[in-house]
Amino acid sequence: MGNTATKTLNKKSWTSYIGEYGAFIALVFLVLLISIISPDFRTAGNFLNLLRQATFNGLIAFGMTCVILSDGIDLSVGSTLALSAVICAKLMMSNVPAILAMIIALISGTILGVVSGLLVTKGRLQPFIATLITMTAYRGLAMILTDGKPISRLAESVESSPNAFAFKLIGRGNLFGSIPIPAILLVVALCVFYFVLNKTTFGRKVYATGSNAKCAQLVGVNITKTKIIVYAISGFMSALTGLILISRLDSAQPTLGDGYELDAIAAVALGGTSMSGGRGKITGTIAGVLIIAVLNNGMNLLEVSSYYQDVIKAVVILVAVLSDRKR
Amino acid sequence: MKIEMKGINKAFGSNQVLKDAGFVLEDGEVHALMGENGAGKSTLMKILTGVYTRDAGTVIVDGSEVVYKSPQEAEKAGIVFIYQELNVLFDLTVEENLFMGKEITKKFGICDKKAMRKKAQEVMDKMGVNIPINAVMSDLSVGQQQMVEICKALMVDAKVLIMDEPTAALTQSETEGLFKLIKSLRKKGVSIVYISHRMEEIFELCDRITILRDGTYVGTEYIKDINMDDIVRMMIGREIGERYPKRENIKLGKEMLRVEGLTKGKTFKDVNFSVKAGEVLGVSGLMGAGRTEIMHAIFGNLPYESGKVFIEGNEVFIKNSREAISAGIGFITEDRKTEGLLLEKSISDNIVLANLGKSSKNSVMVKSKINDLVNKGIKEFRIKCFGPDHECNNLSGGNQQKVVFAKWVYTDPKILILDEPTRGVDIGAKKEIYNVINDLASKGVAIILVSSELPEVLGMSDRIMVVHEGKITGIIDASDADQEKVMTLATGGTL
Repeated sequence: MGNTATKTLNKKSWTSYIGEYGAFIALVFLVLLISIISPDFRTAGNFLNLLRQATFNGLIAFGMTCVILSDGIDLSVGSTLALSAVICAKLMMSNVPAILAMIIALISGTILGVVSGLLVTKGRLQPFIATLITMTAYRGLAMILTDGKPISRLAESVESSPNAFAFKLIGRGNLFGSIPIPAILLVVALCVFYFVLNKTTFGRKVYATGSNAKCAQLVGVNITKTKIIVYAISGFMSALTGLILISRLDSAQPTLGDGYELDAIAAVALGGTSMSGGRGKITGTIAGVLIIAVLNNGMNLLEVSSYYQDVIKAVVILVAVLSDRKR
Repeated sequence: MKIEMKGINKAFGSNQVLKDAGFVLEDGEVHALMGENGAGKSTLMKILTGVYTRDAGTVIVDGSEVVYKSPQEAEKAGIVFIYQELNVLFDLTVEENLFMGKEITKKFGICDKKAMRKKAQEVMDKMGVNIPINAVMSDLSVGQQQMVEICKALMVDAKVLIMDEPTAALTQSETEGLFKLIKSLRKKGVSIVYISHRMEEIFELCDRITILRDGTYVGTEYIKDINMDDIVRMMIGREIGERYPKRENIKLGKEMLRVEGLTKGKTFKDVNFSVKAGEVLGVSGLMGAGRTEIMHAIFGNLPYESGKVFIEGNEVFIKNSREAISAGIGFITEDRKTEGLLLEKSISDNIVLANLGKSSKNSVMVKSKINDLVNKGIKEFRIKCFGPDHECNNLSGGNQQKVVFAKWVYTDPKILILDEPTRGVDIGAKKEIYNVINDLASKGVAIILVSSELPEVLGMSDRIMVVHEGKITGIIDASDADQEKVMTLATGGTL
């Protein structure tokens, strides 16, 4: 039977190209469609705005991609975001220099991710359950830390701090006066993730772990370490997103990031990454992120009722995933 | 039931898999179907049972032409296919598996557990297998699971049974039980199509043999009128020469691996042996004797209770496979599909994964290094493929195994453990694998060859170690060894 399948593999059919670039084709189609209907949509200002909106989901979805590629899932991203953000805000309120508070928040996010990773590997919990536990715990901790109340006027509190600009910059800054810093972070992160997943030995290990952990382990891949690292990455990305968010809102709430895990998973799925790991691309994920952002942005501009928005989003995801199933 | 298949053609896309293939199955015979991997045996049988549709040709069952549209339809007509790949639900019990989709019910669709247990037990007894019917499938050995699969086929009143490599995972006694059963079924007029790569079985069991090559019918012979060489010639269309190639002027070097008193509960006990550089140590024994477990223990995959392992004279304490690899051990495991390969990944990905160090610099992958390594592998191991990006799923068993060999050989092991390296591999590729083994041995690699195929162990090894119920019952020089001696030791006897 060897020869059978091999010959079909030799030449790529047009359907396989659609499978490979399906998310991008859908994105282009969507952008063109909404551009035609809505003049407001096709302005440069709106595109930059759209990119800024995509950042939050994008950064989280990149981390999520790594986790899902390794045959895991991370439901705790939203809670990790909130807890790291609250930690940062608390520190700034107690006059810790802004930069230091931000760094501590990023480290906290990474550690929170490591905890999920430890539960999955050493604790032998299924990723879904492990991160359901951390998701619940982190949200609770964020509530405890803040007593359930938002911490507001953050920028004011760090005004005296010598590096307060860093905090303002990360969420509200612009490069050359018009390109939002978050959007730049998104592009940089995309490049870094692309490089790590495609060009490094670590990337190979992530794919191998998700594809067949037993086999990978036998040839010397440290599965435990690889898995812990992907959850750590996911935690770091969540914390980074949290910082951008509180800088932009100038306030940290314990309810921040609620439901973000679902948007991130949706973006990863839209991008064609297999939920059972081993197969998928970061380029697919960015396409998925942009599709969701364009849909949200476009439907708002077209004044579609938010009830309908959810249904339309669901249909788009369904169609995308179905068309990706069989090539 | 008499079946006649004539002029069957089948193409998948542009690839002609069957071209004028066919065979005739008589009432109450055991008919062997042989051919190299990819010769079209399974495809032909899948056309018979309605898994695939044919492009041309006729299928005549008991005098009238039929087209089964699905395996269920064929099953209704009494033709049952037992696939090579286990088709069981691992989380359910034996009984639930046996009656899946054909439960015996009382009123209102309530399952009649009692009746089902009784019938299941009857079939089990008839087969002479002793598996508790309320056991959960995942707790059974692969051999036992296979027996359940065969029992499942017997639950329906089969007139034709098609078996694809049924003994691949069975122990000696299970195999004997299966053969007894096949023979008694034949007496009752059931026809059996028997697909296997094991010549010995064909000669013991079958009445006639049909050979396919490259999807085409080559010929049908009575087993008593034909010998092994004839069959091989018909299968590959040329002479293959010696079945087990001999190594020229064997030179044994220093001792590479020594194991002393290795013990793990009931799994294995007081295991002592050593292998020299350039030596092939065959390991024989029945399924479940503990051979595989001993190898996993040496490789750091299975913690042991006591005992010492020495590599080149130095004691080592290997705790995981990473340490084993850096100590110079390679391990080609028994199950290529679940442990040996990332099936959905390419040849390149698989070879590179085991050799990340060789294909990267400062943890960054280097394209030229990857290409060099993989192209060398494809050429050296003669992997038949369309290139480095060929997905392993789409390779034949033999070529998949060559990929596994390539990835391990490039880690430059000093000691290479091979667990059933030719299982499910056709005869041509088998010989190529034997050549690789000999080649490695003459380069000074110490080789441990675990195999359930006695002729293979006898033909390839310098010494043969026999394991029985976790204990070494003897280590004999290949020159003194024969099938009888090895079997005596393997069943717990003494010489």
